[in-house]
Amino acid sequence: MKWSWIPDHAGDLVTITLLHLRMTGTAVFFGLLVALPLGLLAYRVPRLKSVVLGVSSLLFTIPSVALFTLLLPLTGLTPTTVVVGLTVYTLVVLVRNTVEGLESVPPKVAEAARAMGYDRVRTLVTVELPLALPVIMAGLRIATVMTISLVSVGLVIGQGALGQLFVDGFQRDFGVPIIAGIVITLLLALVADALLVGVQRVLTPWHRTGR
Amino acid sequence: MISFDAVNKRFDDGTTAVHELDLEVPEGEITVLVGSSGCGKTTTLRMVNRMLDATSGVIRIDGRDVREIAGSTLRRDIGYVIQQSGLFPHRTVADNIATVPKLLGWDKKRVRDRVEELMATVGLAADLGRRYPHQLSGGQQQRVGVARALAADPPILLMDEPFGAVDPVVRALLQDELLRLQAELRKTIVFVTHDIDEAVKLGDRIAVFRTGGHLVQFSTPAQLLTHPVDEFVADFLGAERGLKLLSLATLEDVPVRPTTTAREADESGGDEWVLVLSDQDTPLGWRSSSDRALIPAHGLSGGDSLLAGLDATVSSPTGLAVRVDAAGRYVGVSDQRAINESATRFRSEVLVP
Repeated sequence: MKWSWIPDHAGDLVTITLLHLRMTGTAVFFGLLVALPLGLLAYRVPRLKSVVLGVSSLLFTIPSVALFTLLLPLTGLTPTTVVVGLTVYTLVVLVRNTVEGLESVPPKVAEAARAMGYDRVRTLVTVELPLALPVIMAGLRIATVMTISLVSVGLVIGQGALGQLFVDGFQRDFGVPIIAGIVITLLLALVADALLVGVQRVLTPWHRTGR
Repeated sequence: MISFDAVNKRFDDGTTAVHELDLEVPEGEITVLVGSSGCGKTTTLRMVNRMLDATSGVIRIDGRDVREIAGSTLRRDIGYVIQQSGLFPHRTVADNIATVPKLLGWDKKRVRDRVEELMATVGLAADLGRRYPHQLSGGQQQRVGVARALAADPPILLMDEPFGAVDPVVRALLQDELLRLQAELRKTIVFVTHDIDEAVKLGDRIAVFRTGGHLVQFSTPAQLLTHPVDEFVADFLGAERGLKLLSLATLEDVPVRPTTTAREADESGGDEWVLVLSDQDTPLGWRSSSDRALIPAHGLSGGDSLLAGLDATVSSPTGLAVRVDAAGRYVGVSDQRAINESATRFRSEVLVP
């Protein structure tokens, strides 16, 4: 094993790690942007709930190669293709957790908000969403970790970020890039998850206090 | 004043929750809506602040049809307290209480002063303001619920089984405090409960509902207990109707006579029961020379009910209820006969239609 490969390629490793992060962040961000209104719709219109949840689960079963192929005419062999695909995949967790989070709000609390003179929008923004936050954040953590590991499948169109290290390793029958890729991915997942836990603690101060 | 004029409420599934309701809720009094579950009492309450809208008929507040007022505007002017308090778990106690004042756009200082004032009013220590609801006991949460409903000083207070989820001791305490608050604030309170004892204790007037949303009787507690309009109401009032009536009269006019008393340290002789008093003259209990053990006695003041007095005579070894003044100092005793005479007098007063 030539471990010196790692310091020799430190600059490249930093560059693709940042790319990996950027692709993950973009996919999760847009995933949340789509999932929140969809989840809200499913929560408010019970008839649509099974449809919305069904479709978001169904999308997840599309193989990534097929999904990327479908997107190729639109976005080409670019990171965008991968990001769009990953965004679609995050919905399976994000939509479901948004619905479940909103459903976890005690009915008495929503009733009290209305009885105090809150209108629909204010109730949603200042009562229901904050109370749904722990469940939504749990979904966000799963989606983020999942996406960090999934970015690598972009290697099928040459846009795998850290995943490209695996291609490199396999082609040259050289283990160091593969190990580096796995370790960095793992570290990214751990750090991202810890960060999100921290964000959740800041956003939900009422959960931090004991009796 | 809140008035219901031929109000009906039918739900989409075809059930009738409220049927042809005519009811006038008097200003500044506690009106209790009572009945078993599914009798329409909560639906009736929720139509007042338009949490629900009547299917037909008109509800007026001070002569104005509530449907002329936008729901959220109307609700900011009407206090609302629900079971398990419905507090916002993600906001501190102070922020919960400040809910409506903030909605109404009060400035920060005014909101803060009001919260402080209300916490004192409902008997919450000021340092609880920074806590979250889950850090409080059930009774404390219910106090916060009441404070939140009172925050913008609304003339009307709707209470939906507010004390249903707390234990009997705390419930009795909260009921007493509600009465104390009401004596001061004189709100128009509509109070829903399925507990007839709670209704009798709190209500200036009681409306008894029957399944299907029918109002069967609307009268004062004394009238209700002495003149139930039919079998249904009589059954609902329960077996101890006579005793419940005694809970409405006080010991105020029951004559007091002296009895033998002793100090705790006294070595009393004789076979008689003596009432042992503390150095501050508060009654401690009954003691006889044959048996050194002290049987505890609780002093009753003029504000306590005839029912409490009767209970005291039955449970005392001497058949006497110990009477105290407002400060809890011994003034004398009352026997069962004296209490019975007052009960008879009270009954004959309320029996006169």
